[in-house]
This record gives sequence, structure tokens and C-alpha cells, in this order.
Amino acid sequence: MTFIAKPKLHHPTLTRNKVGYTRRDYEGKVSTLCAGCGHDSISAAIIQACWEMDIQPHRVAKLSGIGCSSKTPDYFLGASHGFNTVHGRMPSVLTGAALANRELLYLGVSGDGDSASIGIGQFAHAMRRGVRMVYIVENNGVYGLTKGQFSATADKGSKSKKGVVNPDNPVDLIGLALQLGATYVARGFSGDKAQLVPLIKGAIGHGGAAFIDVISPCVAFNNHAGSTRSYDYVRDHNEAVARIDFIDLAAELQAAPAPGEVLELPQADGSTMRLRKLHEGYDATDRRAAMNLVHQLAAEGEIATGLLYVDPQAVDLHAALNTVAKPLNTLGAAELCPGAEALSRINAGLR
Amino acid sequence: MSGNRIESVNDFVVKFANVNGSGSASANELFAKAILRMGVPVSPRNIFPSNIQGLPTWYEVRVSEAGWLGRRGGIDMMVAMNPQTWDADVREVEPGGYLFYDSTKPLPPGALRSDITVIGMPVTAICNATYEDPRQRTLFKNIMVLGALSVLMDIDPTVIEKLFGEQYKGKERLLESNVRALHAGRGFAKDHLQPPHHAGIGLKVRRADAVGDKIFVEGNAAAALGCVYGGATVCAWYPITPSSSVAEAFASYCKKYRHDGATGQANYAIVQAEDEIASIGMVTGAGWNGARAFTATSGPGVSLMTEFIGLAYFAEIPVTIIDVQRGGPSTGMPTRTQQGDLISSAYASHGDTKHVMLLPQDPAECFEFSAAALDLADRLQTPVFVMTDLDIGMNQRLCKPFEWDEARAYDRGKVMSAEELEAGKDFGRYKDVDGDGIPWRTLPGTHPSKGSYFTRGTTRNAYAIYSEAGPDYLYNVQRLLKKFATAATLAPQPEVRAAAKKTRLGVIYFGSTAPAMDEALTALAAEGIHLDALRLKAFPFPNSVAEFIANHDHVFVVEQNRDAQMRTLLVNELEIDPAWLIKVLHFDGTPITARFITEAITKHVHALAVAPRRERIVS
Repeated sequence: MTFIAKPKLHHPTLTRNKVGYTRRDYEGKVSTLCAGCGHDSISAAIIQACWEMDIQPHRVAKLSGIGCSSKTPDYFLGASHGFNTVHGRMPSVLTGAALANRELLYLGVSGDGDSASIGIGQFAHAMRRGVRMVYIVENNGVYGLTKGQFSATADKGSKSKKGVVNPDNPVDLIGLALQLGATYVARGFSGDKAQLVPLIKGAIGHGGAAFIDVISPCVAFNNHAGSTRSYDYVRDHNEAVARIDFIDLAAELQAAPAPGEVLELPQADGSTMRLRKLHEGYDATDRRAAMNLVHQLAAEGEIATGLLYVDPQAVDLHAALNTVAKPLNTLGAAELCPGAEALSRINAGLR
Repeated sequence: MSGNRIESVNDFVVKFANVNGSGSASANELFAKAILRMGVPVSPRNIFPSNIQGLPTWYEVRVSEAGWLGRRGGIDMMVAMNPQTWDADVREVEPGGYLFYDSTKPLPPGALRSDITVIGMPVTAICNATYEDPRQRTLFKNIMVLGALSVLMDIDPTVIEKLFGEQYKGKERLLESNVRALHAGRGFAKDHLQPPHHAGIGLKVRRADAVGDKIFVEGNAAAALGCVYGGATVCAWYPITPSSSVAEAFASYCKKYRHDGATGQANYAIVQAEDEIASIGMVTGAGWNGARAFTATSGPGVSLMTEFIGLAYFAEIPVTIIDVQRGGPSTGMPTRTQQGDLISSAYASHGDTKHVMLLPQDPAECFEFSAAALDLADRLQTPVFVMTDLDIGMNQRLCKPFEWDEARAYDRGKVMSAEELEAGKDFGRYKDVDGDGIPWRTLPGTHPSKGSYFTRGTTRNAYAIYSEAGPDYLYNVQRLLKKFATAATLAPQPEVRAAAKKTRLGVIYFGSTAPAMDEALTALAAEGIHLDALRLKAFPFPNSVAEFIANHDHVFVVEQNRDAQMRTLLVNELEIDPAWLIKVLHFDGTPITARFITEAITKHVHALAVAPRRERIVS
């Protein structure tokens, strides 16, 4: 079986969001991933976040590379256009798509093989260009589709299902994203939806390159003792540093939080993000502090999660290129063709 | 030297041997343009190394009132300003030709030839005496030489002064110093390089009226302008010789013509990507999302892009690639010309793939075909290559002026609108509803509940649903073949020229070979060898190409690569008996010459006259 149809019957009392959609309208096809796969929890979190953010499903373009994670865009937002590109090259396709139409929400879904190995170059350059997107890496430290080889994010010394010890240092995508100028950097855990959904919502509301590394255990190949990407290991070593309370798109604060606990971050588009500090003295708007904390916790054997860094006033590639407000794909000859008269002047200059 | 001096008016070849980075390029261009402004066609060619400063570079100018713009071969006059290449430069001069050199330092007598006329001018000494600044000493050397040449060849100095005026508009000080250097050079030549002091030279320029309204432009700039006129809004590229100036020219034309009058904002986006893979990825993403997008590259870039080209072919996404070909394989000859990417482009990527290629002959067609490629890519939803080369791309070439029909509308192809979807029109992304193999597509964000689909490189059914079922796969790939057949009817059609006399011989050529071929056909006809000629403008081949071959007993295929790549495509796609197609191949990195073609074809024709052609096996 290659395609499973989902029943279209919806319960009439399902709650609708502000744009009139029920949560079911954000679902996709039935997942073909393994039962218990962390990736399916991430898909559920994406569905939840989009519904809560009142995003119209067809105004999202979802792009991915190749691998288990890259199959998931078929399993959420069925009314969105999707593009399953080539291995490790989703960022460039997403960049081109974003240039063509700046009005859609671009959701890039990738894996650790896709982004940290074959696609590390494109990952890096999309971050440094500030393409406005939500870039989610579903990070399980292993190649699932090809049956359990280590990926580049697997920790040194961690053990594969077959008992092989990984001799190589891991690629730290969070560290890379911070260094390369991503303006929203977060890490979540597929086993903690309460933390993950707000992180995705924060990324959706962000005005620049948003990156979320989601530790997502592979139940088939990387959920055993000795793995540092198993459910048990991540639960034991998770150190949440900052939690997003909510994103207030209305730009009006609904409840007054206790002072000192919550940071109110006005964003470039006029909305406000509220950030609750969980780690004493941690400032998530300080890029260098974020880099230090991530490294410090890693040295202590802990995995820093939560919103690690945000530049609330971030702008994107379109701002850098000073492109028109109208999507480029809607421009016609009137805007694009200089015309015959200009051409005869050009000709005259070439004699 | 006496007696057999080459004497010619408006028909000769001058070559400048320089050191790159010495400012010679602009003086050389002035030389060519001055002759052009006197109404005499010229075709200059840069012969340059992959280097910034200090290595040998040459500028070969063919002057031809008859209008032959191909490289002729042979040098009538060498302006030898580079001691590094002195020996080879001196050897290259035709017997009876001329050698102009800087006589500041005396040369050993053995270094000169007795069968050529030598003109020495102490250029360095004059410059050192005139200028203090070392930079001026170098730069004005070139202008002084230009002044001397203008006297020797009877080039009108007022034409050069006018060119200076255009070049240094608003920079009066520079203008004045250039005019002064020009006249210093002229003064020396009048006093020392003309009778009675010196015999002078026999190569002369005389005013003519053979240029008309033609323009003088590089193919890369023309291709870039074609993309501007053709409505490209996204350009993603990675620097590679000889294509970089396509993207750079696109940027400068856009700066002038593509900013919103009211807001100053850009109606385009240009990204210098991290590599060719990302360039083509961005173009694919933009094309998928409905923007006209292109990249410019050369052979090594196409190699890197092949995976994406296969994706765009199979997922059916409009992509335009301008391939300015250079000498391969590998890094090959990055600054030399070749038509060496035909097979790697035509069949780029794994599995059964075929791509549309347009084959411009000059800058005018670079303009026309680049704009056409954007239309064709949208219409056919597939990658379209514009196969130009270094010879066309990086040399100024005289060609017909650019033309644009104001009534022309962009062909955006089959894009289903929200209204059509709302009205209940059936949308099968990969369904052939019109019988031309081209399906309909929708753009992301079009309709809240209808028309979305999942694009993938894996196989699927007509409604874009993942399927590895044999019949679904066959439906798709056979439809792609049908689409390719449609492409043959939509792409520019070949140009056929009948010989003056009825003949059983034909010749097929394309691209930058055209000017040399035109000249060769005339030369061959003068020797009594008549050939009907077909110039290919695109791949896939329409039926008329097969008919042309069928109507001749022997067909020469002239191309600039080692392996007869176009001939392979003809044999493969049209299932032609290879014996029918005779290879004429030039691939040393220099542009093909009429002399070469004439000689090769003459030799074959004489051989054919003694050996009857192998009869074709008819099944």
C-alpha cells in the first residue's frame, strides 16, 4: 500500500479557529512512519501550532529534503502545496520559492542527515541569508530509511543499535545556526509537546530565519541504552532554559505576568512574544550568551532546550534585496519589460 | 624587407599581444570600435588566461569590409607588447606581414624575421619621458600605440577622439590626457614611421558603409538583457568563467530598468548562491512557485546541477539555464571556447531524461533565445538550456539590433487559476488533458481547498499521488516523451539555405560556428563545392532536420568538440545511419575558422569523389 485515504467526515462540533478552520483541516495523509516515531509528534505539533495561529492552510508552502523526516509534510497541512525536493537541498528550493512569493509561510522540514551531512552547506547559507522560514530539523542522530547508520549529529561515544560506538564528533546545528546569524534559534523535544507547540508558534510569527532543532527519537534504530537520542536519555538530560508563554498576534497583552519572570518582546510585525525565563539570569536576546549556555550545558552532559535565542526585530532576505511588496510571481510585462523604446536606446548605445 | 608585403584595404587581421591587467583591454577595444565607426565591420576576440594580472593576453581583431565575422586564422600584423610571448608572437605573423614592437630596448637581430616588416617605436621611453606617475606610464602606452596605429592604417583620429568623449563624459581631465597621449603617438609615427623615414605598412582602413544599423555587443550582456525583457524576476548564480558576466549584466540592467518608480524597490531578486547546486535549487523553487527564474553557468556548473535538472524534468518545473560553454572536460580550458556540453546538457541527470536546448549564433540571438527560453520553460514546464559559448559570450560581436515586439505577451503556460478551480475544473497535476503532453499546474497559495498537490521526485499518478505502480509510471514517462515532441514544434526552427546550384551535399551547423560557416560556404562555392546548409537553432530536432538529411547523400556536421556531440544527438534522436553524417570537428579551444571548415570539407569532398558512398541499408 502506498497511499492511505483518511476519512473526510468531521465531527460537527469541532472548534473552529478565527479563520474558520477546525484542527482536522490542518491534517494530512495518514503517516507511514513507524508507530511511536517522534516525527509524528512533531507533525501533530505543527498542526496544533498552525491551527492556534489561525494560519490558512493553503497559505503555507511546506518543503523538505529526503529521509524519514522529509516524508512528513505529506502527513500535515493537506491543503498546502508541498515539495519533497532532493537530499539536503531543501533550503535552496525554499529560498527560491520564498523569493517568488513573499506572502506565504515557508515551512522547511528536514532531518539530521539531510541538514547536517549532505545539506550542511545549504543549511548554513539559508541561515546566513535570513530567509524568512520555519526550519525544523527532526533530529534523531540516525539514518532511518537506510536502516540505522549514524548521522552527523550522533554524539561521539554513543552506541548504535548494532553496538557500534560512534568515533566522530557531532555537528551541532544549534551552534551553527547561532554563529551564522539565524534570528530565532530553539531546541525542542518531540516528547514534550507543551514546550514544542509554542516554539513552533514563535517561529511562525518570526520575521526572519527561524530554526528549531527537535530531538526526535527513532524508535526503530535509536531508542536503546547507550543512545543519546533515546526517549529515556533525552528526558533525563533535558534542561529547558526559556519557555514561550504565548505569541500575541493582536499585539495587545491579555494578562499581566509577574514582573521579572516574563519578558515581553515586541516583534517587527507589531505582535508581541512573551518569554518566560526558566534559567536564572538567562537572556534569550543575547546571541553570545546563548552560544555560551548551549556549550556550557553540553559540557555538563545536558541538552539545552527551549527558545535559546531570538532577535525580535529581525528582518529577512527580501528586506536585504529591497524587493517590492507585491509577490514577484504576480508581476507582469508592465512592471518587468522595459519596452521597445528603451531597447532602441540600448541599441543606440551599442554602436 | 621588400617586395612581398601584404597590401590590403579593409581586410586584414591585427593581433595585440599584451600582459593582462596592464590596461590594454580598453585601448584595444577603442581600436576595434574606431574602425567600426568608419563603417568597416570588425570582429575582435579576447584570448585570455585564467588570471588577474601578469600573464599573457591577446586581442585579435579581424577587419572585414565583406562582413566576415568568424575568426580568419593567420595574423597580418602583430602588435607585440609582451616580451614573455615574443618568440611565438613573431612566429605567428604571416610572411609579408608586419610586426610592431616597443623598441625602447634594442632586440638581438636574431629575434626578428627577415620576411616581415618591422616597425619599432620606443613607447616606454616616450611614456617615461612624458609622465611621472608609473600608472600613467603604463596606461598611456596603450593609447600612444593606438595613435601610432591610427597613422599607419589611416584611421581617422577624430573618430577616436569622439570615442574618448563618450567614454570620459564628465571626466574632462581624463579626456584631455587621453587625447594628448593619442596625438603624442600620432606625432611620433608621422615623424618616424612613414616615408621617407620608414616604408610604413600596407594595411589600410578606408571609410565604408558596411556596418549599417548593426550593434556591437557581448553575448553575455545580450542574454542578460533577454532575461530582463523576457520577464525573469529571480536570478540565482555562482561565479564561473565564462558566464559570470551574464548575472552581472542582468544586475546592472535591472538596476536601470527594474526599480519601481514610486518606491525605488526592486522588481527582481538576484542571489549569488553558495554553489551551482544551490543556484539551480533556488531557480527550481522560484519556478515551482510561479516566478520566471534563471541561472547562468558553464559546463562544470551543469555537472553539479544535474540532480536538480532531473528533478525539474520529472516534477515538471520551469527552469532556464544559460550555459556559456568553455573547454572541458573537468576544469579543462576555462578561458577557451568549445561546444562541449551538448550531450551533458541534453541528457543531464540519471534515468531517462531529455532537455530542450536553444542554440544562439550571436548576441542578437542570445537576447532573443533567452527571452524565448523563459516562455518555453513556462509553456513546457521543464528545464530549457540556452547553449551559448565563450566565443559569443565574452567577445563583442557585430549583429543585428535587438528587437522587441510591444504586442508580445509572456506565455506563462498552463497555470490553473483560483476561478477555474472554483468552477470545478478537473485538476490532475500530471494529467494530459490537451493531448500535447503538457499538464496543468497550480501555484502554491491559489485556492483554500482545491488544487493543492505534493511535488516530488518520486513517481506518482496523474493526480500527483505517490505511486510506484507500473502503469502510472509508464503514463508519466511516455507523456514526457510526447511533451518533448511538442517542444520540437515550439522551439526555434532550423534555418535552411539552398546552395546556388543543385547539390547532393549538405552541411549542418549551429551556434558560434555560424559566421565561419557563412564564409566557408562562400569560399567552397567559389571552388565549385556547393552545399545546402541547415543551421540548427534548437534541440529536440523537428522533422525538417530528418528531411534535410534524407534529401542529401552526404551531410557534414560541423561542431566545436572532439566527440561530434551534435552528430551523436542526430544519430541517436533521428536514428540516422552514422555513415551519412560526416564529422567536421574543431576543438583546440580557439574559435573555428572558415579556413578550417573549407579545408576539411574540400578534403572530404575530394575523397568522396574517388570512393563511392557506402550504401545505406534499407530495412
